[in-house]
Amino acid sequence: MRFRLTDDQRALRVGVREALARQFDGRALRAAVEEADGGGAAGEGTGRAVGAPRLGRGLWRALGDLGFFALRVPEADGGVGLGLPEAVLVFEEAGRALLPGPLVATHLAAGAVPGAATGETVVAAVDGGLVEWLAAADVVRGDSAGAVPLRSLDPLTPLHRVPAGRPASGTDPVAVLLTAAEQLGTATRVCELAAQHARAREQFGRPIGAFQAVAHLCAGILVRAETARAAVYAAAVTADPADIAAARILADEAAVRGARDCLQVHGGMGFTWESEVHLHLKRAWVRAQRAGGVTESEEMLAAALASETA
Amino acid sequence: MDLSYTPEEEDFRARLREWLARTLPGLPPRPSPGDWPGRRAYDLGWQRRLYEAGYAGVHWDATPGVRLIFLEETEKAGAPYVGAGFVGLLHAGPTIAAEGTDAQRARWLPPILRGEEVWCQGFSEPDAGSDLAALRTRAWRDGDDYVVTGSKIWTSHAEVADWCELLVRTDPAAPKHRGITWLALPMDAPGITVRPLRTLAGPAEFAEVFLDEVRVPVANRVGDENDGWRVTLVTLSFERGTAFAGEVVACRRALAELAVEARKNGRWDDPALRRRLGRLNAEFRALWRLTQWNVSAAEASGGVPGAGGSVFKLRYSHARQELYDAAAEVLGPDCLDLDRPWTPDRLSSLAYTIAAGTSQVQHSIIAERILGLPKGR
Repeated sequence: MRFRLTDDQRALRVGVREALARQFDGRALRAAVEEADGGGAAGEGTGRAVGAPRLGRGLWRALGDLGFFALRVPEADGGVGLGLPEAVLVFEEAGRALLPGPLVATHLAAGAVPGAATGETVVAAVDGGLVEWLAAADVVRGDSAGAVPLRSLDPLTPLHRVPAGRPASGTDPVAVLLTAAEQLGTATRVCELAAQHARAREQFGRPIGAFQAVAHLCAGILVRAETARAAVYAAAVTADPADIAAARILADEAAVRGARDCLQVHGGMGFTWESEVHLHLKRAWVRAQRAGGVTESEEMLAAALASETA
Repeated sequence: MDLSYTPEEEDFRARLREWLARTLPGLPPRPSPGDWPGRRAYDLGWQRRLYEAGYAGVHWDATPGVRLIFLEETEKAGAPYVGAGFVGLLHAGPTIAAEGTDAQRARWLPPILRGEEVWCQGFSEPDAGSDLAALRTRAWRDGDDYVVTGSKIWTSHAEVADWCELLVRTDPAAPKHRGITWLALPMDAPGITVRPLRTLAGPAEFAEVFLDEVRVPVANRVGDENDGWRVTLVTLSFERGTAFAGEVVACRRALAELAVEARKNGRWDDPALRRRLGRLNAEFRALWRLTQWNVSAAEASGGVPGAGGSVFKLRYSHARQELYDAAAEVLGPDCLDLDRPWTPDRLSSLAYTIAAGTSQVQHSIIAERILGLPKGR
């Protein structure tokens, strides 16, 4: 039992973080938000669909070149041939960088949908009553007939609703795990942002992080993130559906509550459009809706208690 | 990232399981919670059996894998808890092993392993709780002895202990962290008064210890004079590292029993309650993984657990309380009945966010040592 990253896995994490910083840095993020926003308040009340970002095809192909989508496709089939633990590390970095696009759907389509592995084909998927990035996709998996756009709360995730009552296509546990990995990335990032701000921002003549009320908020973010990390990484190793459900519950909590507490630490600055914090919170809320939400995972783990007793 | 155990470790698991199945039915009946001499005899008897079977030192020198397997299997089999052996096996023992001289290790470690001597902890004082380094129990040098006067509180097993790991102030003029010394106090020395301390959970679990000019040989000092704070941190990091690992397994078992109870009394039909139990399942699974993560990290960094132990301790203590709060929801009015085992356990769980560093202290440790926030007050 050596439950820690191998040297190769550490190198992979560093490599992905650096590559994403080149492909989609803070400025690119800001530009994407501004483009989607279409001039901010000017769009209010005009009926223009707010939250209609473009998916950068160049970015998508660059991700394909990096092996983002072909990561788990066997080498014999032209893929990278790595496993779930590596995929989880990569998706954690994607979550951390707020990388936009139907990342999980395209990753899962690699090997099954032509062009998905290389990033030439953008693949979206119907998930319950929602589809992310429907208009930008070349291929939509699941039945999206009758889909109507909604004004997405997340400026970088366009959403369509599909008619209620339609059965959701069965949820792949890997999709749940990769979503949890993205949430973990958010949880890690908002922990860094909160701590940075608490060290730098001064009020009453000292850094606000010197006040226990603020320091303990930051510590709480870290505790949730690190507990979620253990659950997410373990689920990547075992691929056990119950472990994945547990990872999802912990990671959703770590991301959503972490982003909210990070916003609180940032005070008024956190409430501005310019701040990065709200983008993390909004994305975390979007991911929390995937695969039936946390309710399904909780019910599954309740049912699992019965078999653990037997 | 590897969660699998080696063939040797799995072999250890199989032998341990077989031994537990053979040994547990032959144990004497458990003593009542208030019967301290009985508890001492029972807990030491169990340690003796472990020693004779070759499992005594598993907390100290085994690989992390073997240690976790031991905690997992003994807990799953319903084997006795470490009990009166806790301080010796998980506090004082590891500290002496890390910081003691050869002579000290030879004197104190074998009786701990053989189940012959019980240790208690003399750290906290009435005016030194979270601010442990403010402790005031004084020790003066007098020839080959220290002469110790003061009082300690929250000393578990003090009535039946042979030794006490004692923190004393040897230099009142020095900054508070630099005037502390770690002593092994023989509990039969003249001048010691032990007074049981009743807790909100009922039977006396702790004691107050009063020291009136008690003589302790200088040879009983572990580490240098005035270096006791550093020696103590070694102990505390052990406490927050793996000392609670077995309890996570116990909580998972308790949670499964709670699900059975809820099915029996019909509460299971309430989706909100069911989801609450499902969430707790996620929580304790994650805490077990966090234990494995911390143990692996400690192994990589030379054996001493780091501040990650605070993350675990904080999360675990709240999860344990949440477990027994959920139990109260399952039991309904029966949660007021002290004869239902869940009820006294719920009361005991209230100590977890206070003992071994309050949740507030743990938050501050994490903020300062992991996040690098400025020290605050």
